[in-house]
Order: sequence, then structure tokens, then C-alpha cells
Amino acid sequence: MTTAQLLGNDPGWLIAVKALLVFIICVVSTLMAVWTERRVLAKMQLRTGPNRVGPAGLLQSLSDGVKLALKEDIIPAAADKVVFIIAPIIATAMCFMAFAVIPMTGVVSLFGHKTALQLTDLPVGVLYILAVTSIGVYGVVLAGWSSGSTYPLLGGLRSSAQVISYEVAMGLSLVAVFIYAGSMSTSDIVASQHQHIWNAVVLFPSFVIYVISMVGETNRAPFDLAEAEGELVGGFHTEYSSLKFALFFLAEYVNIIAVSALATTLFLGGYHALPGLGFTEQWLGGWFTFVWFLLKVNFFFFIFMWLRGSLPRLRYDQFMKFGWKVLIPVSLVWILIVATLRVLQQQNAPRIAITAFAAGVVIIVMAISSLFERSKQKIRTTELPEGETPNFPVPSLPNVQSINVSGGK
Amino acid sequence: MTDFNEKIDVEKKNSGQADINSVPFVEVEQPGPASLAEQAKGFWVTFSTMFKKNQTVQYPDVKAPTQPRFHGRHQLNRHPDGLEKCIGCELCAWACPADAIFVEGGNNTPGNQMSPGERHGAVYQINYLRCIFCGLCVEACPTRALTMTNEYELADDKREKLIFEKEDLLAPLRQGMLAPPHPMYPGMTDTNYYNGDVKESHPSQAEK
Repeated sequence: MTTAQLLGNDPGWLIAVKALLVFIICVVSTLMAVWTERRVLAKMQLRTGPNRVGPAGLLQSLSDGVKLALKEDIIPAAADKVVFIIAPIIATAMCFMAFAVIPMTGVVSLFGHKTALQLTDLPVGVLYILAVTSIGVYGVVLAGWSSGSTYPLLGGLRSSAQVISYEVAMGLSLVAVFIYAGSMSTSDIVASQHQHIWNAVVLFPSFVIYVISMVGETNRAPFDLAEAEGELVGGFHTEYSSLKFALFFLAEYVNIIAVSALATTLFLGGYHALPGLGFTEQWLGGWFTFVWFLLKVNFFFFIFMWLRGSLPRLRYDQFMKFGWKVLIPVSLVWILIVATLRVLQQQNAPRIAITAFAAGVVIIVMAISSLFERSKQKIRTTELPEGETPNFPVPSLPNVQSINVSGGK
Repeated sequence: MTDFNEKIDVEKKNSGQADINSVPFVEVEQPGPASLAEQAKGFWVTFSTMFKKNQTVQYPDVKAPTQPRFHGRHQLNRHPDGLEKCIGCELCAWACPADAIFVEGGNNTPGNQMSPGERHGAVYQINYLRCIFCGLCVEACPTRALTMTNEYELADDKREKLIFEKEDLLAPLRQGMLAPPHPMYPGMTDTNYYNGDVKESHPSQAEK
């Protein structure tokens, strides 16, 4: 019985309970994520991090959230009131919606019903996730536009351009997964990985591209140009305060958890145990699979924190260049290769043909990269021109051989 | 005395180098993107730091001692018999670059002897909203009346509370000290006080 059939038998009240559970999981994991991030980042900087509220500071983010909700809610006079209020609601709602198709456990019993902790199973589940996260961008754009202020507008534009650009790369990296699994349903993709091997291994380039683009997609360091504290104050949410700001904050973290969960589902075998530890999946009546799921999501979340602790922010043009000129072409080529291999496999082509194709690809890639290196060296060795004589003292410049600093002949 | 530029000129001419007005362009080695392993080193730094002992001082719970000569709150010292050292000369106030000190001198009378000699500081205020803890007042003080303690917890919720009066700044009475006003040590002059001849209070000083 597939997961879709299993979920089809859910009575209405169970769906409501599961919706509530998904919501609670998202909110609680956001609170925990904020705390974890602050503690881990602090550790990376020889600090302690929040340790005052509750045991080891665990309740810090809860108290921050309560404080935030009780603060004065300011709507700027120049703001478009309706849009200003709708924007954070869109951003948050869409993040939660993405979680609906994530399979979080295997078959478990919930209030006496055999089901799985997954709200619904769509045949095009991954496309649905891409769709709702794209609608989430509206929240950002509208927030930036409706604030009636310059910095939020700039931040909103940057943020939307960034998310849209990286969504292309992300979507392309997922295509390889679709080709390999033969399905767009999240639970089917998990099942196909359980039968064969993790997609992170067979589709390693896709995995790398997905991990990079998921950081770009969620506006996180080192791709946090949209909220660049040093340049744009806070980006699109500069003018937001109180509960509306809290909603954006929640949206950001739920988004991170959602993309991490998607990465887990598509590349790391979802809720299944690590290879060789399959017997643990039966523990706690199947609920132990949820522990595996959380562990894998936390692995990705740790990567987020690690990147934030290690890397400086990219310049905007570098970031866009990387997205459009590196990630997208590479994933396009990779899809071609995967698709060809898949077709060869399905048509039962001889093993020699498959191996020859793979070898040919490797040789072509190596040839292109060596040509690329050589052209770079050529640029480096070109002669530099003699500089004109300026009539004021200037420092030496990289594009001229020498300059006369005296002002005379 | 030779001009610095001139000297270089001569040296260059002697060594036969090109004229100094033309600065040669020195190509700086542009390392370019490092190898992947080289770039991964940065990640190892942050990762390994997680397992190091962190440097945070849990401040309100743990108060790390300052350096012995840390510039903290001021203190108005006393002579060993309890008389104040401040003579109200206002040199500290004049030395203060931040204009944080206000002093008003007063006469010592037989019934109101606060310090040895003729004068004492009647009003003494330090405004800690202005003070920059430079210590010039301490250097200016001729009687070593004004020194600095290591106390650094000088935050408060009202501006008025941060203008410290004489009572706030005076050193506490130690063993053998009597609270002024009281007469000077019998048979001692103010010079004796400054020379350190007075070691403790005399019983007669306590009689009013």
C-alpha cells in the first residue's frame, strides 16, 4: 500500500489533528532553531550564547517572541495599510503550507488509526512546494513596496530577485531527482530511495546545487544580501514591528526548516534510518522514524549555521553571477547527462554504451575546464599600457606600467 | 640637518637608479581563488572553535577583577586620624578636560575642622555622566586626596543619581579614624600631616 492510499483513508478529524501537529512542529522547531542557532554560532565565536531564561537558555526565544508580540505595532504613515498587513500573512502562511506534503514518519498509529505523519500526498508534491514558496516571495515584495520607504523597497527587490533566480537553479536540480525517481510525489521519492540508494549519492551534483540554492532561496548568510544589516538596515522588514515582524521572523525560520526537510526528503532518504540501522525504524511503534527525520533536518540546519559562522556576505553582482552563470548552466548540463543515462538504462542499452557515454562526458568536462584555465592565464599575461601623466600625485594603478607623480615632464 | 627627500635623492643617484619622480608600478601577486581544500580550512576554523573553551565571563554572577591600576570611581581619601585630605583647592576641577568636577572650598574654623590647615572642600561633586576617567584630576591633586578605585559598576536609571556628592566619594572610616569635624592632632601642624607623622587619632581629638 502506498502512502497516498494510506493517507486516503484518514477520517476528517485526523486530518485536522495532523494539520495542527504540523503547525505545532513548525512553530516549536522555529523556537528551538533560533535558540540552537544562537548557541551554536556563539560556540563558533568563543561565546556562550543565551543561557539565562530557562535551563541553558532554552526559553530565550519564547520570551523574545512574547516580548515581540507585546510591543507597539507601528504602521508608517506612508505605508499602504492593507498590503502592509497582508504581506507578512502571505509570507508566513506559504511557509507553513509547504510543510503539508513533507513525509515526516513512516507508517505509525495515531489515535488508533494507521497513518503516516504527512498531511497530504500529492502526485506533484514537490512542484506544489516550489509553487507555494514562490507565492511566499509575494510577501517579501509586497512588504518592501508597501512600507513606503527606500530601504525596504531595495531590500524587497533584492530579495525577490534573489529568490526567483535561485529558484530556477533549485528547480533544475530537482529535475534530476524526478527523472531518477520517476515521480514528483515526496513519499514516492522517499520510497524509491529506500529501494535503491540515497539520491545524495547518485545525484551528487544535484545535491550540491540544491544545498547552495536552498541557502540562496532562504536569504541566509552568505546570501543574506536582502537583509544586509550593514547596508539596508533590515531589508524588506525594516518598517515592521511587533507581531508583523514576528511573522516575518517565523516565516524565515519555517522556510529554512522547510527547505531542509525537502532536502532530507529528496536527497537523504527522508524519514528512513541510515543504511544498516533499518531495525531502529520499528522502535516506538514506528515513531522513531520521526527522530531520523529530525536528525537529518538538523544536519541541514547545522550547515546553515556553519555557513553563517564561516563566510562573509557576497556582493550582489557576484551572487547573481554565481546563480545565473554557474549554477543554472551546470545543472542544465547535469540534467542532460542524467536524462541520457536514464534513457540508456530504460532501453536496456549495453553496459559498454553507458560506460562510454560517462567517460565521454568526463573527458569533455575536463577539456572545457582546461581551456577555461588557459584563457584565464592569457588574460593575466597581457602587456600593461604606459600611463598618461596626471598633474596631481596619484597612487600606482594596476592598469598602467608607471606614472609620473611629479607633475613635470 | 638634511631633508629626508634630499637624502633619498642622493642615495638613488649614487646607486644609479631611475629618477625618483617616476614611481614604478609594482605588480602585486593576485592569488586568485584558492583550491577547494584551501577554502575548506575556514570551515574547519569555525568547527573546531565550537569545542574550545569559550571566553565569556558570566558577568553579574562572576565579577572578574580589574587590573590593579584600572580607572574606576574616584575616592576622597582621609588622613590616618580621620581628617579629610581635600583642601578645596579646585586644582582637580581645573585639570578636568570634561568639566566633570565641581568644588567649593570652605574655611576650617576651630568648631568645624574638616581637614588639616586652613581650608577644606565644602562641596565636592563629580558628574559621572561627563567623567572620562582620564585621571588628570588625580595627577593634579596636591594632597593625594583624590585617587581612583577599581569600582566600575557606575550605571543608574536617573541622571541625578550619577552626580556623586562628597559623601558618596569619601573613603570609609578605618580603624583608628575619627569622623571629622574634630581638632588636629595635638602638637602637629599641617606639614606634619603631609609628612605622614600622624599615624592615628589621639584620644583628645574625640572630645568636642
